[in-house]
Amino acid sequence: MEYVLETKDINKHFYKPKDFHVLKDISFAVRVGEFASIMGKSGSGKSTLLYILSTMDTEYTGELYLNHELVTGRHHNELSRMRNKHIGFVFQFHYLLSEFTVLENVMLPAKKLNEKSHTAIERDAMQKLEMLKIDYLAHQRASRISGGEKQRVAIARALINNPVILMGDEPTGNLDSHNADNVFHIFKKLKEEEGLSLLIVTHDEDFAKRTDRIIQMEDGRIIS
Amino acid sequence: MINWSVILNIAKTHLVTKMKSTATAALGVTFGIGAYITMISFMTGLNDMLDGLVLNQTPHIHLYNEIEPSETQPISLYDEFENSMNVVHSIRPRQIQKKIHNALPILNYLKQDKDVKGATPQLQAQIFYLSGSIELSGALIGINVMEETRLSSMGDYIVNGTPEALKNTDNGILLGSGLAEKMSLSVGDRVQISTVGGAIFPLKIVGFYQSGVATVDNSQSFANLKTVQRIMGEAQNYITDINIRLNDISLAPTLAKRLQKQFMVKATDINEANAQFETGSNIRNLITYAVSITLLIVAGFGIYNILNMLIYEKMKDIAILKAIGFSGLDVQLIFMSQAMIIGLVGGGLGLIIGYVLSRVIDNLAFETSALPTITTYPVSYNLGYYVVGLVFALLSTFVAGWLPSAKARRIDPVIIIRGT
Ligand SMILES: Nc1ncnc2c1ncn2[C@@H]1O[C@H](COP(=O)(O)OP(=O)(O)O)[C@@H](O)[C@H]1O
Ligand SMILES: [Mg+2]
Repeated sequence: MEYVLETKDINKHFYKPKDFHVLKDISFAVRVGEFASIMGKSGSGKSTLLYILSTMDTEYTGELYLNHELVTGRHHNELSRMRNKHIGFVFQFHYLLSEFTVLENVMLPAKKLNEKSHTAIERDAMQKLEMLKIDYLAHQRASRISGGEKQRVAIARALINNPVILMGDEPTGNLDSHNADNVFHIFKKLKEEEGLSLLIVTHDEDFAKRTDRIIQMEDGRIIS
Repeated sequence: MINWSVILNIAKTHLVTKMKSTATAALGVTFGIGAYITMISFMTGLNDMLDGLVLNQTPHIHLYNEIEPSETQPISLYDEFENSMNVVHSIRPRQIQKKIHNALPILNYLKQDKDVKGATPQLQAQIFYLSGSIELSGALIGINVMEETRLSSMGDYIVNGTPEALKNTDNGILLGSGLAEKMSLSVGDRVQISTVGGAIFPLKIVGFYQSGVATVDNSQSFANLKTVQRIMGEAQNYITDINIRLNDISLAPTLAKRLQKQFMVKATDINEANAQFETGSNIRNLITYAVSITLLIVAGFGIYNILNMLIYEKMKDIAILKAIGFSGLDVQLIFMSQAMIIGLVGGGLGLIIGYVLSRVIDNLAFETSALPTITTYPVSYNLGYYVVGLVFALLSTFVAGWLPSAKARRIDPVIIIRGT
């Protein structure tokens, strides 16, 4: 079985305001090309887990593997680079750089990666925008577009470096049902056409049911 | 592996969208650097002028005979009192001539020394200027005027006349300007002088000497060396002072010591003569730097505040940048670049403003009878000040930018994104 992401016995505590065991013995894996969703009550630790998986949070015990490589314990500069190259992340709140244009926002991670020329990056970015049907917004300021459009720009940005996995923390949580449906179809298409692996936290039962697998969390544990 | 084009692009965008704060911060630096350049140029101009006023008229080494008591009193030559304690009351100075013994050979010797730019003989004579029944006491200095003007800035202080006029007029005199005013004399007039002995000589005024130092101008005049020797009734080797100019002023103390031993004359060097003068220059410089650094510290606090505010506003952007793979160092460099751009632009502008203000001061009329050669305020232009100014600007913005940008570097994106 080919895994893109794997965890072994991840545990995390918050020590402030008092000791709180937020993640308990998390061991699971995401297969290559799998579209998995995480569900669970508010406060069950879904976001906390996703921040660890995305390498932004390093304060935990256990092991995290990305493409079979151990990520745990690496230097933060190396983690930054991994995040840049291999992981796409979409937040609940779109989080674009509001002073930059849509196109510049999408290009930013690729410019940081610095593996392609400016023109090649721009071409890639335009192609992602076209795929998400928002290429006509390319030269708009990011602060001037609607919420649904912003979320699609954020997805384009997450995809620009062709990551091995796309993670999302309630990416449809702030969208109306039409836009939420739209985002789901984009994810589905990415899985089917590009073979992308996805791990999406959601509250939306309809959304979760249509994914390959639902991971249920409760009180910091994976229960199914 | 730092990707500067991305970092600078983000820094530039931040600065441009926050134009007002950027301009305020940059203007603070501009003000500090502009003030520094203006002040240092003006202060140094003043220092140079005052240095010139005294130093250019002061020889590097001055040889003369000093009236002083003998170091060994006669009693100590007497063997019988060798082992006793001798007490001598009321010591009188030794009877010596003011004349420098062997002055001409010394002059020849000095002219052959390659460290010596030139040596000029002088004869300083006490005389009285006669104006009707009034006698004004003063000094008449016999000089070799052409050598004197070659070696010092004396020529600058001759007004209404030329060195050549003195040289070509056998009984000519360059009268002290204060004396001329007191006696209502003008160029071409004759002035009577009398020696201490009572002999009276008429001299023809060929110009005035105005040093800017009132006590000098009120008592001192110049004539040809030969003329003064004749007035004093002395031979051609009667010389009381030798002034030496060196090619390298720093050799003055050692050479003075050597000459003093070698020729048994008193030799003072310029550092001894002008030790107190340095103090004035140093204090003026100190004031300049104190004021400039104060202004730059104020400007630095401005930059610090503005960057702190900016980073607070951009907290989310910083979290996003880190989430999409920018390292802490990248983020710090983004904000450091902003500080340095502010420093560079503000500092550069400050240099320009400082230069313009210096030019304005340079062209302001400044006339005083004490300084005949000065018509406008003195300003010194020195590329070094501009280099120091720019370094100052960059240094202060670097220091001001460091703390806020280091804070940005440490921001934990998870805390921001979680929104708690
Ligand atoms: N920085 C923190 N310090 C202390 N407790 C925290 C912190 N962040 C989150 N928590 C707690 O951890 C639990 C899990 O939070 P989270 O992962 O955000 O849950 P979910 O995303 O599943 O709603 C919650 O009870 C929350 O209150
Ligand atoms: Mg959550």
